[in-house]
Amino acid sequence: MTSPKLDRRQLLKLEAAAIAATAAGMPVPALAANVITERNAAELEWNKAPCRFCGTGCSVIVATKDNRVVATHGDIKSEVNRGLNCVKGYFLSKIMYGHDRLTQPMLRKTGGKYDKNGEFTPVSWDEAFDIMAEKFKDALKKRGPSGVGMFGSGQWTIWEGYAASKLLKAGFRSNNIDPNARHCMASAVAGMMRTFGIDEPAGCYDDIEATDAFVLWGSNMAEMHPILWTRVTDRRLSAPHVRVAVLSTFEHRSFDLADIGMVFVPQTDLYILNAIANHIIKTGRVNKAFVDAHTVFKRGQTDIGYGLRPDHPLEKKATGAAKANDATDMSYDEFAKFVADYTLEKAAEMSGVPLNRIRELAELYADPKTKVVSFWTMGFNQHTRGVWCNNLVYNIHLLTGKIATAGNSPFSLTGQPSACGTAREVGTFSHRLPADMLVANKAHRDIAEKIWQLPEGTIPDKPGYHAVLQSRMLRDGKLNAYWVQVNNNLQAGANINEETLPGFRNPENFIVVSDAYPTVTALAADLILPAAMWVEKEGAYGNAERRTQFWHQLVKAPGESRSDLWQLMEFSKRFKIEEVWPEELLAKKPEYRGKTMFDVLYRNGVVDKYPVSDIEAGYANDEAKAFGFYVQKGLFEEYASFGRGHGHDLAPFDIYHRERGLRWPVVNGQETRWRFKEGSDPYVRQGTNYQFYGFPDGKARIFALPFEPAAESPDKEYPFWLSTGRVLEHWHSGTMTRRVPELYRAFPEAVCFMHPDDAQEAKLRRGDEVKVISRRGFIRARLETRGRDRPPKGLVFVPWFDESKLINKVTLDATDPISLQTDFKKCAVRIEKVVGS
Amino acid sequence: MMRKVTILLLAAALVAGAGTLAAQTLNSGLRGPAPLNDEGPAPPMAPNKNTAEKEVRNYPEQPPVIPHSIDGYQIDLNGNKCLSCHARARTGESQAPMVSITHFMDRDGQFLASISPRRFFCTECHVPQSTSNPPVSNDFVDIDTLLSRATPGGRR
Repeated sequence: MTSPKLDRRQLLKLEAAAIAATAAGMPVPALAANVITERNAAELEWNKAPCRFCGTGCSVIVATKDNRVVATHGDIKSEVNRGLNCVKGYFLSKIMYGHDRLTQPMLRKTGGKYDKNGEFTPVSWDEAFDIMAEKFKDALKKRGPSGVGMFGSGQWTIWEGYAASKLLKAGFRSNNIDPNARHCMASAVAGMMRTFGIDEPAGCYDDIEATDAFVLWGSNMAEMHPILWTRVTDRRLSAPHVRVAVLSTFEHRSFDLADIGMVFVPQTDLYILNAIANHIIKTGRVNKAFVDAHTVFKRGQTDIGYGLRPDHPLEKKATGAAKANDATDMSYDEFAKFVADYTLEKAAEMSGVPLNRIRELAELYADPKTKVVSFWTMGFNQHTRGVWCNNLVYNIHLLTGKIATAGNSPFSLTGQPSACGTAREVGTFSHRLPADMLVANKAHRDIAEKIWQLPEGTIPDKPGYHAVLQSRMLRDGKLNAYWVQVNNNLQAGANINEETLPGFRNPENFIVVSDAYPTVTALAADLILPAAMWVEKEGAYGNAERRTQFWHQLVKAPGESRSDLWQLMEFSKRFKIEEVWPEELLAKKPEYRGKTMFDVLYRNGVVDKYPVSDIEAGYANDEAKAFGFYVQKGLFEEYASFGRGHGHDLAPFDIYHRERGLRWPVVNGQETRWRFKEGSDPYVRQGTNYQFYGFPDGKARIFALPFEPAAESPDKEYPFWLSTGRVLEHWHSGTMTRRVPELYRAFPEAVCFMHPDDAQEAKLRRGDEVKVISRRGFIRARLETRGRDRPPKGLVFVPWFDESKLINKVTLDATDPISLQTDFKKCAVRIEKVVGS
Repeated sequence: MMRKVTILLLAAALVAGAGTLAAQTLNSGLRGPAPLNDEGPAPPMAPNKNTAEKEVRNYPEQPPVIPHSIDGYQIDLNGNKCLSCHARARTGESQAPMVSITHFMDRDGQFLASISPRRFFCTECHVPQSTSNPPVSNDFVDIDTLLSRATPGGRR
C-alpha cells in the first residue's frame, strides 16, 4: 500500500484519538487518513437486491466484503427508484447487525426438560425439531388438521411462502395458514376480487409521471412510501397544473404537498366516496360508452357486522353478517337513485370537510380532461368497511372510464415487500391457493392437487383460521401447535391483551416463533428458531405494481441461524406421510406410503429437478447445499406453472436474476404495464378495447354500498378516537429499524399525538406522561402536541412501532366481515395523566 | 502483561461459554423490563441534538444525519427552510454543507439548473438525532475498519 507520509505529530494525534475513542467504548471513527490505492483491498462486491422494507420495491445495490455487508445505495438502473432510497433504505446495511441477533434455537426449559413456564435455554436444531414434531403430532392426534396452524408474512420470499403453503395445505391438510398481510391489504384483495374478479392493480407506477391529479385516500405516502412520494413530488412540482388531494382523519406529512387537504370524521369516507359518484352522475359526466360496454351494477349486502366474536352484541344484531359478500343485480338507473341521497352537501356535513374542498375533489374525478391516480393504503384497508371503500373508489374510476390507461389508475399501495408477490400471488391466505384460486372451489383444488401430484381430496375444502381467528382459537385452546414466521403479531395484531397473549401462554398450546431478533412475539413463544434474513439467503419479492424481483445470497447467516425455507423443509422430514394423512387418502396414492412429507412435497421430481450446478457462479446458496438441489428454482418453477397461460405469467427463473424485476403477466418476454386494456395487456381480445377478464362476461362491477357506522365510536367514558399507524423512520414493529442507532434516534419512542386544545382542556402539557386507555387495555406514553402529526380535536394518534408501548393492547379486533382485515384506525379511548410523572 | 490479558480473555470466554449452556433469561432491550402483561413507564422525551458538528457516515452513500434541531422548519408547497442555509448560493454565508450534487439530477441522471423536485422533501432521507441512547447497539463494521483488520500492515 502506498502511504502518503503523515508527519509524526499528525500520526500521534490520530493514534491518540483512536485510543481515546476505543477507551470510551465509542465506535472508532472511520480512520481513512490514507487513500487505499491497492485495487484488491479497495474493491467491493456490488450486487442488486430489493429493499427489505415496504411494498414500493426499490432496488438497492449492496456492497459486501469478507462476508459482511458494508454499504448500500439506491440502484440507478431500477425503474422504481432510479438511484434513490428513503432513510430506512439507506440504512439497510446495518439491519442484520443488531447486537442481540439470535444465533441458536432456544427452548423454554426447567431442569433440562421442556416446560411452558421455563426459561429460554439454547438447544440444538435436532432437539428443537424433536420437541416441535412431538407437539405437532400431539395436536394432530388430539384435534386433527385443525389443531395445527401457521402465521406467515408478506416478508416471506416467494418460495418460502409457497413451501409453507404446501406444507400446511397439502402436508398437514390444514388451511390454518394466513399471512400478516391479512392485517395489511386483505381488503384490497377482496375489493379487487369483487370489482374485477382478479387480484392486483390494473396500472403501475408509470402512471405517476403521466397523471394530472393525485388523490390520497387514507394514505400517508410521504412517510410510508417515501420513494413513490418523491415521484409524486417530482410530478407535482415539475408540472404546475397537477393537483394533489389528501384525505385523512388527521393531518400528516403528505399534507405538506396538498393543494386540497381534507381531514374527515372517521368512517365518513363512505359518504364522500358515494357523493363523488353522485356528483359525476348529476353533472352528466358519466362516460356512458365505457360504462355500457364494460361494467355491470350490483347491490351489495348490507348490515354485515364487524367480524367480532359471534357472541358479541354487534354480531348478534347484524342481519347480513352470514352473507356479507353477497350482491344482487341492479340497473344503472337504480344505482343513480341509490347514490342520489349522497349529495356533496351531505358529505360535507357528515365528514366535517368544507364543501368547497369536497367539490374540488369531486371535480378532479368528474372532469373528463383530468387524468387521476387514486392511492390508498391502511386508511382504506384497515376499516370495518374496507372492502366497500375499495369498491367505491373503483366505482368512481369506472363511471368516468379513468382506468387502465397511462395516468388513470386506482392503485392500492402495499406495506410489505412481498405482500403481493408472496401473500397474494402465492395465496398464503387461509382461503386461497396460488394464482387467485380458492380452497373452497373444487375445480381449483383439483388443479392444485394435480400440480402437486396429490390424491384427490387432499386439500381441505373449507377456509382455515384467518389471522384474527387464529388468535381467538389459540385463546380458546383449539389451535394447539402454532408456528409463526417473519412477523411480530404480538405487537402488530389487535387486542393482544384479550386474545393473542393469553392464546400464546395458554398451557394447551405450543408456540414456535422463527425470527432474527428477540421480538415480543418471540419472547411470548415456547420455542424460538433463529432465522436468516434478507441477503443471507436467495430470495424473491413481488412489489405493489406486480413487479417480481430476485436477489442472490450475498453473505452467510450468523451462528446457527437458518432461512425460513430451510426450517420448513427440514421440519417436513420429521413426518411420515402416514402420520399426517388418513388411510383412505393414502390408499389413493399407495406409492407415497413410507415416505416423509419432505419426499412427497419437495422431493417430488419437480421441486428437486434443478441441480446445484444451475446456481449462478460465484454465489452461495445454503439451502441448495443442505438439500442437494437448487431448491429455490424448483419451487419457483412449480409455483409458476399455476399462473402461466392464465393471466399470471411469470418469466423463467433465471431471467429475474438479470432483470431489475418484471411486471406480470410476462408474455413472450414482455412485461405488462396496464392490464385489461387492449394493446397493453396481451390477455385482452382484439376489438374489445377493454376487457375485465377476471369475470367470464369481461365486465367490471360497480357496487351500490351505503354508509354504515364504525364498530366502536367515542362516548362519554372513552371520548377520543384512537388511530394507530406508522412513522417514516421505522418499519412496522421496528424489529430491524430500532436496532439501527441512527433510525432509533430519529424517532426513539412512540408518543401520543393530540390536538393542543384537547390537551389544554385536559390540563395536559406536551411531554406529560399519559395513559391511553380503552375497554381492553392501556399503554403509557408521552404526550406530543406538535410535530409531524396534527390530529383534529377528538382524535389521538399513536404509532405502533414501539414494543415498549404495545398500543395493540388498546385496539379492538373488529374486522371487515368480507376481508377479515382488522380496523386499526378506529376505537374509543380516554387519556389520563400519570400522576407523579 | 500479555499473558495476563490472554488468561483473562480465556477466563471470560469460558464463563461466556458456560453461560450459553445454561438457562438464561432472554429479554429485549427494546421492550425494557416490563413483562408482556404489563406496561412500563414512558421515559421523558429527550431533546434532539443541536450542534454544528458533523457525524461520520457509516459509508459514503449514507445520507448524513442532521446534527441540529429542525423544530418548526417549514418544508412544504410554499417553501423549504433547509435551503436557506444549504442551497449552493447560501453556503458562503451560512458555512453549512452544500446540498450534494446528486440532488441536482433528475430521474434520468440529467443535471438541472437547481435542485431536482424529487429531492424536495429533505426529511425523507435526512433525519435529526435524539440525545437518547439506543438500548440495543449495532455491530456494523465500516469498510475502513474491515480493511485495516485484513491488511497485514493495518494498524488496528
